Amino acid sequence: MGAASRLKDAGLAALVGAALAFPLIGFHTSDTSVGFTTRFPWVAIAAAAVFVGRLLLGLVPPRFRLHQFGRRTTAIPHGKLVKLAAGALIVFAVLLPVLPIGSRESIDLATLALIYVILGWGLNVVVGLAGLLDLGYVAFYAVGAYSFALAVQWFGLSFWEMLPLSGMTAAMAGILLGIPVLRLRGDYLAIVTLGFGEMVRIVLNNWTAVTGGPNGIGDIPRPSVFGMPIAAGTPAGVTTFNHFFGIDYDPIQRLIWLYYVALAVALAINWFSLRVRRLPVGRAWEALREDEIACRALGLNPTMIKLSAFATGAMTGGFAGVLFAARAGFISPESFNFQESATVLSIVVLGGMGSQLGVALAAVILATLPEFGREFAQYRMLLFGAAMVAIMIWRPRGIFTVRAPSVRLDET
Amino acid sequence: MGYFLQQLVNGLTLGAIYALIAIGYTMVYGIVGMINFAHGEIFMIGAFISLISFVVLGVLGVTWIPLALLLVLLIAMALTAVYGWAVERIAYRPLRGSFRLAPLISAIGMSIFLQNYVLLVQGAHEKTLPPVINGGFELMQQGGFAVSISWLQLIIVGVTLFLMVVFTAVIQLTPLGRAQRATEQDMTMAALLGIDVNRTISLTFVIGAALAAVAGTMVTLQYGVIDFFIGFLAGIKAFTAAVLGGIGSLPGAVLGGFLIGMIESFWSGYFPSEYKDVAVYAVLILVLMFRPTGLLGRAEIEKV
Repeated sequence: MGAASRLKDAGLAALVGAALAFPLIGFHTSDTSVGFTTRFPWVAIAAAAVFVGRLLLGLVPPRFRLHQFGRRTTAIPHGKLVKLAAGALIVFAVLLPVLPIGSRESIDLATLALIYVILGWGLNVVVGLAGLLDLGYVAFYAVGAYSFALAVQWFGLSFWEMLPLSGMTAAMAGILLGIPVLRLRGDYLAIVTLGFGEMVRIVLNNWTAVTGGPNGIGDIPRPSVFGMPIAAGTPAGVTTFNHFFGIDYDPIQRLIWLYYVALAVALAINWFSLRVRRLPVGRAWEALREDEIACRALGLNPTMIKLSAFATGAMTGGFAGVLFAARAGFISPESFNFQESATVLSIVVLGGMGSQLGVALAAVILATLPEFGREFAQYRMLLFGAAMVAIMIWRPRGIFTVRAPSVRLDET
Repeated sequence: MGYFLQQLVNGLTLGAIYALIAIGYTMVYGIVGMINFAHGEIFMIGAFISLISFVVLGVLGVTWIPLALLLVLLIAMALTAVYGWAVERIAYRPLRGSFRLAPLISAIGMSIFLQNYVLLVQGAHEKTLPPVINGGFELMQQGGFAVSISWLQLIIVGVTLFLMVVFTAVIQLTPLGRAQRATEQDMTMAALLGIDVNRTISLTFVIGAALAAVAGTMVTLQYGVIDFFIGFLAGIKAFTAAVLGGIGSLPGAVLGGFLIGMIESFWSGYFPSEYKDVAVYAVLILVLMFRPTGLLGRAEIEKV
């Protein structure tokens, strides 16, 4: 392309930029009375920025353009490298509370990151392994959190009793939703799961007698250490953790304990996911993702396979919900909106669908990124959205790796 | 009976708005096979542009309502169409031919971006517009309950039906429509036969965005209150409408839009209105269970 045509191209882009900026940036209507102010210099700045950006983009050699990277086939890191990275990550996670950076805030944030890791791995089974697009995953997260909170409120059950029970409740919810809708394919399934997620949120928000409505449920207990609560003083009839071990009470102990519980749950789920892939059911998930018709021809029952994937994913979401409720001590329907589902889905896709390590790294990045952007909170979500688009264009298959089928016939 | 009729009138108005948005979803899905998640945001931007145009025109002295309405519609359609075009060019075109989920994630990102962009440049407060078109007439009086139709409601339904006829004609009769239908059937073959596929797809987005802008204008006029978050719910409901009618089918989107509007309005009229969205989704799930391709959709034959 010659310089003249490049300038013309950039000029056209600037014109489009001006047209985009003109109505929304150029004018600002008053919130209280009829009237408006103009900000035309900003329109000019926006158009100029587009002009320069387009011109610079044109100067980049084609092979370094963003979307050209995605076209390259990247070798999937195998064996040693992945094991090494995963090992380093686990060691770091275990040591975090004793490292110098292990402050109150960072441990709390790390717990949140682990909850997202668990959510990501759970949805990974559904989307990454079985290839079912679920846009309402947050529903199972909510079922887990609310079943825990309600069981505490009504029956006085504890964290440890409710962790498996909430997982099972969420799995049941997954099966109940799955039976009618799993006959649907692709995008229809996506919209129905989205509808289900919204339905759960609306019911939680309005069924005030049971869920407390928008006010949510508070006073959710933190997990005890083998039946001994972490608490100050010596309550009658209860042996506290601090009394038993003779350690002075410090609020940070609760955070650290919850962090380790979340880490243990996450590692257990990781172990389960890696193992289940080698079982017939896990193989069937991947086979279904690759080709449903071939599966049927081989006598596999797609509905049962999808249902098991859905239930497994839902159960994992339920575990994450319990941990979330225990971390916050308070839950309300606001925490379970569509944005959450979108975030978890982005984690799975950005991490490279099917890859355990990729999903974990993406979850950590997405969960901690907003915290670092606190200073420019206004632009945080704006940049988050733009980053999602840019990463998809850069690497449509996810930042890290793509998980190939666990078994395949090599061409020889 | 009177109450029933009133809900019917309200439902038709709401349905017309959903139908306009649903057309954008269904056309894009038909031609590139992706859920354009940012379409709800395009509708929201259309609503903002129309509100700003109303205010600016009012201050400039254009007070004759038919002229103001026409100008606002044209401005909103034109400028929102630029947004539709830009979204496709930036976020979707580089991903064409990529794997199935990539455009969807990109669209979700675009939707978050646009929402926060409007939040940033126009503020988080609700924007209000004083009623522009007042009055109406009474359809009937029954037992002290008056069934009334406002002029605005007539305009909304009228404009919607008019635009639907125009765009159905465009798709059935013009070269652009032929190119669109050809691209929908087989993108590669269409390109081989000399159809500019990129241009056709861009135009599809432009048309969808323009119709969403009309819907945005109607919402601004009818309810008078908009904020940066209205696109999400309207988008989901319109997409539900498109799926209900059979995605990819234009008459289906219109039918679905009117049905969703009606369900919402009747549910609010007779049952607790907090659950009206639940009713919409429940109907969607039931329809998809028993007629998975929607009401007017063609069954997809899958080839191995």
